[in-house]
This record gives sequence, structure tokens and C-alpha cells, in this order.
Amino acid sequence: MNIATLLEMAADAFPDRAAISCDGRSLTYAELLAAARRGAAAIRAAQVRFVGHLAVASPAAAVALFGSAIAGVPYVPLNYRLTGDELAALIGRIAPCLLVADPDYASAVALPEGVRTIDRAAFLAAACDPAQPALDEAADETIAVQLFTSGTTGQPKAAILRHENLFSYIVGSVEFAAAEEESATLVSVPPYHIAGVSALLSSVYAGRRIVQLPNFDVAEWLRLCRAEHVTNAFLVPTMLSRIVDHLDAAGAAANVPALRSIAYGGGRMPLPVIERAMAHFPGVDFTNAYGLTETSSTICLLGPDDHREAAGSADPLIRRRLASVGRSLPAVEIAVRDEAGRSLGADEVGRILVRGPQVAGEYGGLGSLLDADGWFDTRDRGFVDAGGYLFLDGRADDVIVRGGENISPGEVEEVLLAHPAVSDAAVVGIPDNDWGEGVAAAIVVREGMVEAAVLQAWVRARLRSSRVPQQIRFVETLPYNEMGKLLRRVVRAEFAA
Amino acid sequence: MRVLKAGQKLKSSVCDTQVMVIKPIPGEHDLRCGGAAMIDMAETPSGTLDPAVAEGTLLGKRYVNADESLELLCVKGGAGSLSLDGVALATKQPKALPSSD
Repeated sequence: MNIATLLEMAADAFPDRAAISCDGRSLTYAELLAAARRGAAAIRAAQVRFVGHLAVASPAAAVALFGSAIAGVPYVPLNYRLTGDELAALIGRIAPCLLVADPDYASAVALPEGVRTIDRAAFLAAACDPAQPALDEAADETIAVQLFTSGTTGQPKAAILRHENLFSYIVGSVEFAAAEEESATLVSVPPYHIAGVSALLSSVYAGRRIVQLPNFDVAEWLRLCRAEHVTNAFLVPTMLSRIVDHLDAAGAAANVPALRSIAYGGGRMPLPVIERAMAHFPGVDFTNAYGLTETSSTICLLGPDDHREAAGSADPLIRRRLASVGRSLPAVEIAVRDEAGRSLGADEVGRILVRGPQVAGEYGGLGSLLDADGWFDTRDRGFVDAGGYLFLDGRADDVIVRGGENISPGEVEEVLLAHPAVSDAAVVGIPDNDWGEGVAAAIVVREGMVEAAVLQAWVRARLRSSRVPQQIRFVETLPYNEMGKLLRRVVRAEFAA
Repeated sequence: MRVLKAGQKLKSSVCDTQVMVIKPIPGEHDLRCGGAAMIDMAETPSGTLDPAVAEGTLLGKRYVNADESLELLCVKGGAGSLSLDGVALATKQPKALPSSD
């Protein structure tokens, strides 16, 4: 299998349909395939082990992704927001490589030996030049993409996605040519995120035009929705939250008449945000997608009907599904197990495992982390309700073990966030001589003041006493990465300092 | 008769059809298109389309046997129809999933 087949099929079915638009420039499916084939010839000629991409989203990312696939060279999109030192270390791990880069980003990195840099614009221009050689036959190679994980808990790991993983994901979740010709999807996640990679693949396979927004900004997002007649969009919760805040502040309707569907994922969606979003976009279908880099993107979906049913239900067990990540894709199996590996029943919290052809669970230098039966431990905790809906309950690594009792930070954070004076909260474990670990909370207050003792009493009134934070710090903001992921190790370090 | 492997691409000997094996059925089987055994991509086509099995294949459709132990993806459409061990393959009904990325 080769993911280039997805593009070949689209170019065969609708060669003249617009495939991708960015900065007023557009490529049809036939043009994108031709560009990928020329990009592949350039990659093959460079005789490298990897193709790096250090640039904002543009059609060059799609050409580099499919071109690498055709050339049989793993594609490695890099996070341009990292520091020069961090990037130098990651690029050192993929040398010798061809680095498709924005000059500003490349010049800020002391590039290691064996790196050939090509300006992103020059790479795209050459790929669009019919005079350049092309590689028509896709190579028989197994690794399609290598993504460095964000490293919120330690050194970034190199997650490996094979062609068969990504191909299985797309064929298992997207119907070929299902999109109507006028449909367009607005991609505002960066190209180095799994959702940025999967958006390219699934949109091409569905035949849905890709509109790229290189740097997310609410006003620009709304403008592009209108100008490009965007029908579908994917957002991380932080982005949706900012859009909702903007609309609240402006007191105006969103005015995006073409928009039919918003999918969100990549982090925990606060209940008030999705409720307000549904109110602001009444005619829009909302889909919650849960997945990991290691699972080739989405493994569970909470679809539009689930959203409406939950939001309109008086039954608390249905109503709470608005906070779930939905049910597994048809080709994916989910299991919840305790620490001893025993399967748990409905509503019992444990570790979430996943199995299926799209599940890679493999890292460069570490090999496959799948068990003998093909299960991958997501290290996420959660439970499945009686209807098969999966609820997440934080990362296994974040669980606080206090006197032998497991405490999930999310449970305490939820209670703290319900206090009217609290705008954000992060709960972490701190060393404690009596209990092994204790509960600590970093709090951002809305306005005015609130005493730590008031918040402790608030938690004590609602949860078991073991959950009451023994230490509370008031902070200006909490540390998030650019995808809206809370950096708990930073919060922990601040308590230790 | 041939053993099918996941990810393997095969082509028709008598029309433009190309398929990719998504889910291989174990064992040796007789996979045909347009009445003739399907061949490897590198092989040279020969023979003529049997008009009795010429309803055609459609690009992007998935084809399965009765118990769905075999699944093929049509990556190039053609004039012939697909069969496994003498039984026609059917198109798999798509499950409508919302777009998630």
C-alpha cells in the first residue's frame, strides 16, 4: 500500500476539480499529482533518508507529503515553534535529509551535517514546472510519515506511521469521492500535527477542496469561511473557545452561511465551550474526534446526532455524552483494563487500549509497543458507558497516587472550574512525606480575589477529602503548548521550585 | 489460483480494472475480473472480456464476498466484473461517518 494511491484515485476521478487553495493560489487534483511526482523525482535525486518539512501550511506540504510517498522516503513535518536548539536536535535525528523550509525558520537553526535545505517556495515552484522530471511509479516502501511527539512529559519520541496504517485509516473512515464538488474544508491545524497530515489525506480521498490557514486567528478564520465558502472545518478546543469568545464579545452572529460541519479534537473540550459553540452555530453539525498520533488520527467519534441528542436530553446519562469522545470507528476496537490487565465493565475507569489496522504504536529506536494481541496502550484513562460511548479521564501518567488511592486531576479540576471565581485550573501531584503524593492546584482567577481556603472548602463540599488540594498557587496563566495541551510537567516544576 | 496479501495491487487481464487487497482471505483462491484471472501489475494482459461478466467496476468502491472475509478496493475502474471462486463480488455498502479531520 502507498498513500500516493489516494491522490492517484482522486486525480483519476476528478482531475480538474480544485484540490488545494492557499494565499490565492489553487491546484487541481491533476496538478497536485503532477507536482507530487516532480517533487518525488527531486527527493529521489537528493538520495536522502528522510524529507523534513519546516514551514507553515501551504500546498508545498501536500506536495512534500505525497512526493515523499511516491519517492519511498519517510516524510517528517517539524514543529517550527520549537527553539533552534530543539529543532537542531530533531533534525540531527533525521539526517541526511532534504529539508523543505521557510528561510526564516531554517536560518534560526544550526543545521547538522547532511541536511540539504530547499526553500519551500522554490520546492513548490519546481514541482509545478512541467519542464522538471517526474517520478510516475510510486515506490514500494513501508514508512510514510514520522512525527515527533510533542514531548509534554519528556524527550520527543519519533512516532512511525506506515503506509498501511494511514491507508487503512482513510479507507476505513472516508468514502471515496463522497464530497460534493463545491465543498471545502478549512485546515487551521499546523502541518506537523497528525490532524494536519490526516486532513490532507482524507480531504483528497473525499474530493473536498483544502483551504489552508497557516496561522490561526479568529478574524481570519471567519473571513476565510466566508470568502472561500468553507463547508467543513477542524479545530482544536482552544481555537473553538477563542471563536466563541470573539462572537460573544462582538455580540454578532458568525455569518458563515456555507459552513455545515465543525469537527474538533486534539485535547479536552470544556463542556461550556461546546454548549456555547452549538448555540452560536445552530445549523452546523459538530463532531468530536478522539485519536492519537500513534493511531493515525481518529479512533472514536461523537457525531452530530449524538451531540443533538445529548444536548437536548433530560436524562443525565445521555446528557453527559456531550462530554464523551463517542464510539469507536468500525475498524477499531477499544478496551478498558485495570492495572493488572483485567478487562473492566461499563462505567469502570481504567486504561484505554486500542487495536486495528490504523494503529501503528511504533517509535523510531524503540520498535513496536503493541502487545502480542496487537493492542496499543494509549496511556489515556477513561471508561466506556453502557451505550459504548468512551469518556476520557486524563493521562495515566498524570494520576496522583495519594496513600495508595488513585486521584484523577481532571475530577478535581472540573470541580474547581465550576467555582465562579476560577477561570482555569491545573491539578498535579506533589511529593508528600505522609501520603507519598499530595494534591496541588494552580489557579487562574477571573477577577478580584478568592481565598485558597474558600476553594478548599468548595472542593471538600463536593468530593472526598483526599481530593482537596493541600497547596494552591494563584497564577496569571497556565502553561499550554500551541495545540492547547496543558504542560503538567511545567506546573509540577513550578510547585517544586 | 493465488494467495492474496494485504496491500497487494492486481489488475484485470481483459479491462482497465485495478484493485488493491484491503482484507485478504486466507488460502488460495481464484480471483477473476471480466472472466479472466487477475494478474500482477508487471504481467502482460491477454485475452478478451467475457460479455457475461461485464457489468463493470467503479473507482473507489469496495468489493466483498458474502461473509466479507475478502475486501478489495477498486483503484481503477474498468468494464469487467469481479468474482472469487466463481461467485460474483458485491459492492460494500458505505457506513456514513461524519468527516472528522
